[in-house]
Amino acid sequence: MELLLNRYRNLTVLLVAILAQLVLLAYQVKSNGEVRLIRVWAVTAVTPLARVIEGGRSSAAHFFSDYFVLLDVREENKRLKKDLDRISMENQYLRTELDTADRAQSLAIFQSHSPSKMVAAHVIGNGTGTGARVVIIDRGSTSGVQKGMAVITPAGIVGKVVDVYPVSSFVLLITDPTFGAGVISQKNRVHGTLKGQGHSTVQVEYVQNEEKVDQGEFFYTSGDDRIFPKGLPVGEATVVRQGRGEKEIYLTPSGFQNGLEEVLIITEGVHVAIPEVPSTNQQVHLQDPPPPEPGAPQAVTPAQNGPVSDADRIVDRYRKIGEAEKHVYGERAVIPNFNVNPDEMKKKDDEKKSDPVKKQ
Amino acid sequence: MTEFTETFTEPRKKDRVSKFNVASILLIPLAAILFQVYVPRFLTFLSYLELPLLVTVYFALMRRSPVAGVLFGAGIGLAQDSLSSHPLGMFGIVKTLVGYFAASVSQRFDVQNPVVRLVLGFFFFFFHQFFYWVLSRALLGESLDFDPQQTIVLGMLNAAVAVPLYHILDKLKITG
Repeated sequence: MELLLNRYRNLTVLLVAILAQLVLLAYQVKSNGEVRLIRVWAVTAVTPLARVIEGGRSSAAHFFSDYFVLLDVREENKRLKKDLDRISMENQYLRTELDTADRAQSLAIFQSHSPSKMVAAHVIGNGTGTGARVVIIDRGSTSGVQKGMAVITPAGIVGKVVDVYPVSSFVLLITDPTFGAGVISQKNRVHGTLKGQGHSTVQVEYVQNEEKVDQGEFFYTSGDDRIFPKGLPVGEATVVRQGRGEKEIYLTPSGFQNGLEEVLIITEGVHVAIPEVPSTNQQVHLQDPPPPEPGAPQAVTPAQNGPVSDADRIVDRYRKIGEAEKHVYGERAVIPNFNVNPDEMKKKDDEKKSDPVKKQ
Repeated sequence: MTEFTETFTEPRKKDRVSKFNVASILLIPLAAILFQVYVPRFLTFLSYLELPLLVTVYFALMRRSPVAGVLFGAGIGLAQDSLSSHPLGMFGIVKTLVGYFAASVSQRFDVQNPVVRLVLGFFFFFFHQFFYWVLSRALLGESLDFDPQQTIVLGMLNAAVAVPLYHILDKLKITG
């Protein structure tokens, strides 16, 4: 036996190594267990180095850009970008609220619902493997990050946390082939499942051919997956075509529009409604009415510029009083007498102007 | 000294075993993994560069020992697995096989020759990608795409990078 092992030493070592790894794989797949120790070692070895390199790179880049090229503009740009991101988030939230209900109701909803709580993080590296769709961020369990939390940018969803370590986490991007999330279309409210493709576009699956989805339609998270709160933007449908039983819908994710340097991890999500499609407010051209038939009674048409409603009449009356008493609204002056009849006052003024002798 | 005796007293070029110091053996794979983790963030097209694989092939070729190749491959592969989202062992198994076969091949060819290195770099990249795809489907049931044409092109690019990379790594050898 010993002779046999010595003779086939290389092959034996190979078989033992492969068998050990197969057992390791089988254990992880079967029990859904995590061999945390090995991962922690590797992450602990790589993350600080990645952090140091990233720190060095960003410091050097900042040094050159801050002191030699754009002394103040850089700082201002950073501040404005931060403001813009914040305002985009607020705007998104407010728009969805205001679009779904009337003003008072949406304000009440806004007051009663606090927006999602988030933690900001920097992307410090990519996962390994050719064409990896995993990124490493510099926030971990010490910052309250947990496995399964949603990761977004102000422009849209980015991915979900798949592994958490003390000071770093792994985020599976929505472009990864193993990623899935529930989505809903904005206009036609069609539900589907978002799947990564391994490249820049993502696909929406399980949408029947009979359902209506327009090209250019926006998709939002549906909240069905219990990862992403409802109402977060996902992307725009760039390709929509009939498939074998199911529609083939491809989206361009909106979350990666401005690169992927800083992300937000949703620690406490708040579902919001899907915003309504804005109604088309385009002007419609109306042809002039036809000339009246000779002898026919003249049709009563509303005056083009005259008062139409009671509110218009009141505004018109106040405007005339202001003109008669030479009062400019908004300026601090004697308050005009609103009890006078502006038409009579105007008539008297006209008489005085036409008969200056009588006036004297 | 005749040509005959020279042949038997000096080890043939293709039988020379290269040695490296421990720091090189530890730091070069770490640098390769770190490169894969960090650099593609800024230069996306470099994400197709499989430096950990090229380093595995290099060490296996230079050590000429299948056992060492297996250990290098398994170590680098498992480290790479630890920084990915899939279960541990996928890269480990594939790189173990790559290390073993690369070391076996090195016993029959002059692996100092750039043309041989180019061909082996291409061959092992294709083998690695294909075997990874097979394992993903067979063991994890993942439906990953495998595009042979794209893999061939990427294999050629990786092989083109392997030749100068191996030339640089040759400078770190202690013997051989």
